Amino acid sequence: MTRPLLQRSPMPGFGLSMGITLTMLSLVVILPIGALLFKGAEFGVANIWQVVNSQRVWTALFLSFRLSLLAALINLVFGVALAWVLVRYDFPGKKLIDASVDLPFALPTAVAGIALTTLYAPNGVFGHLAQTLGTKIAYTQWGILIALIFVGLPFVTRTVQPVIEEIEQEVEEASATLGAHRLMTLRRVILPMLAPAALTGFALALARSVGEYGSVIFIAGNLPLKTEIAPLLIVIRLEEFDYNAAAAIGIAMLVIAFTMLLVINIVQIFSRRRIGLV
Amino acid sequence: MSDISRVKPFRSPTDEAPLARWSLTIGVIALLCILLYAPLAVVFTEALAKGAGAALKSLTKSEASSAIRLTLTVAAVVLPLNAGFGVAAAWAITKFDFRGKAFLITLIDLPFSVSPVVAGLCLVLLFGANSTLGGWLVASGHPVIFALPGIILASLFVTFPFVARELIPVMIEQGRAEEEAALTLGAGGWRVFRTVTLPKIRWALLYGTLLCNARAMGEFGAVAVVSGKIRGQTATMPITIEMLYNEYLSVAAFTLAAVLALLALVTLTLKTALEWRYADQLAATHRH
Repeated sequence: MTRPLLQRSPMPGFGLSMGITLTMLSLVVILPIGALLFKGAEFGVANIWQVVNSQRVWTALFLSFRLSLLAALINLVFGVALAWVLVRYDFPGKKLIDASVDLPFALPTAVAGIALTTLYAPNGVFGHLAQTLGTKIAYTQWGILIALIFVGLPFVTRTVQPVIEEIEQEVEEASATLGAHRLMTLRRVILPMLAPAALTGFALALARSVGEYGSVIFIAGNLPLKTEIAPLLIVIRLEEFDYNAAAAIGIAMLVIAFTMLLVINIVQIFSRRRIGLV
Repeated sequence: MSDISRVKPFRSPTDEAPLARWSLTIGVIALLCILLYAPLAVVFTEALAKGAGAALKSLTKSEASSAIRLTLTVAAVVLPLNAGFGVAAAWAITKFDFRGKAFLITLIDLPFSVSPVVAGLCLVLLFGANSTLGGWLVASGHPVIFALPGIILASLFVTFPFVARELIPVMIEQGRAEEEAALTLGAGGWRVFRTVTLPKIRWALLYGTLLCNARAMGEFGAVAVVSGKIRGQTATMPITIEMLYNEYLSVAAFTLAAVLALLALVTLTLKTALEWRYADQLAATHRH
């Protein structure tokens, strides 16, 4: 016998709560995304490919993806280190610093964008420093990277922190008793335990960065083929009223986002299995 | 006795060497300073670059005040809708067993993996003047795109999962037993919700709404696509910040930015206070 669609329950309000849920979901999420997919179907796969396969679009997509990957990797290392420091060490102002890690979630992206640009532009504090060293940060790919590191910063820390808190010190003691050096314990005992959570945070940071717009456009300089990110290209096409091209790039970004999520989910299942969770 | 003072201080085998510990701590804090605190500080120093008077004066200009009014209006519509949806979705998902539940949760989470600009694009394609539905709406005098409804829909899209995601884990953990007991004792559905469920989830609801508010007031990408950036009409605070910044009106742009930064700091403070005070009533993943 197959499972019934809805198991009988004495709880009231299924119709009402499900009705509200499905109405809102349809109106806000499903219908709009459906409109994009419908537009894509109307435009045709061959035409979408023709739009995406131009040098400018391809460069923008590749730039967004490459810099997001790099930013998420940097945040992976930095996030684990930050989580470790926040859980294991004691120093003055620790609680304040802990609370401030979520700042990129709370600070609007446009505010972050103009603030980072001011700091890293040639006449800003850090930008000036970079100039004396002979490099430029704002209006180059380095600037985009900084903005993407900023928006993705809390994800890894916030997923890894609870896991570090739950590590039982006996495991580390056992490892030390068996003769492992501290670094070896960290590498062979602690890091594998953190890996699944760190990977989740990495995935969230990556997904956020690929589609990021507000904090990037101010600092990017937005030069075609050099510092033009994919979301900006959609905005440009929309301003030209070229809805077909905008939809084509939008669909390409959706495909990239979902492929990434799929790959990361598969990797995660394997990494959990390897260390014996699940 | 004198021998003891020469013994190296005991270091537990589960601690890192002091040198490693301090350099890691200082390194991490230095990076936070460069990446987080410096940008936050620069918002306020740039706003006050020409004195507090100039900053305050820029806020009283019609551009700034109408942007603040619009952003507050959007938040006032989005928050109750999002909270209502979040409670309804969490109730349906945690109090009943049905097929396709995992799929439903995936759909609710979907907006987190869609770029805000793509979200705006979707709304333009659905409601824009050159679509069938949009053309009809414009003809009947109720335009969605380049108008308030579009901004609200865009804000709803990007904040969609916030409240539901916070409530679902909390309500799964709390189970159904207390609600079932209330039902057995003869309480009606609404009464069960109001007197049994709501008191248990109110802090989680507030927490989710707080995050939703921060995002709704600060959303840029999705709103930029649908708003049309009409001064005094569809320019929210973040959009106005962009316009002022691009016109080199630095003080005005950063003053408006400082208002949003203050809002972010208030949000962080309230959020942290909730995490410390009501840790047991928030989603299991939040610690402290």
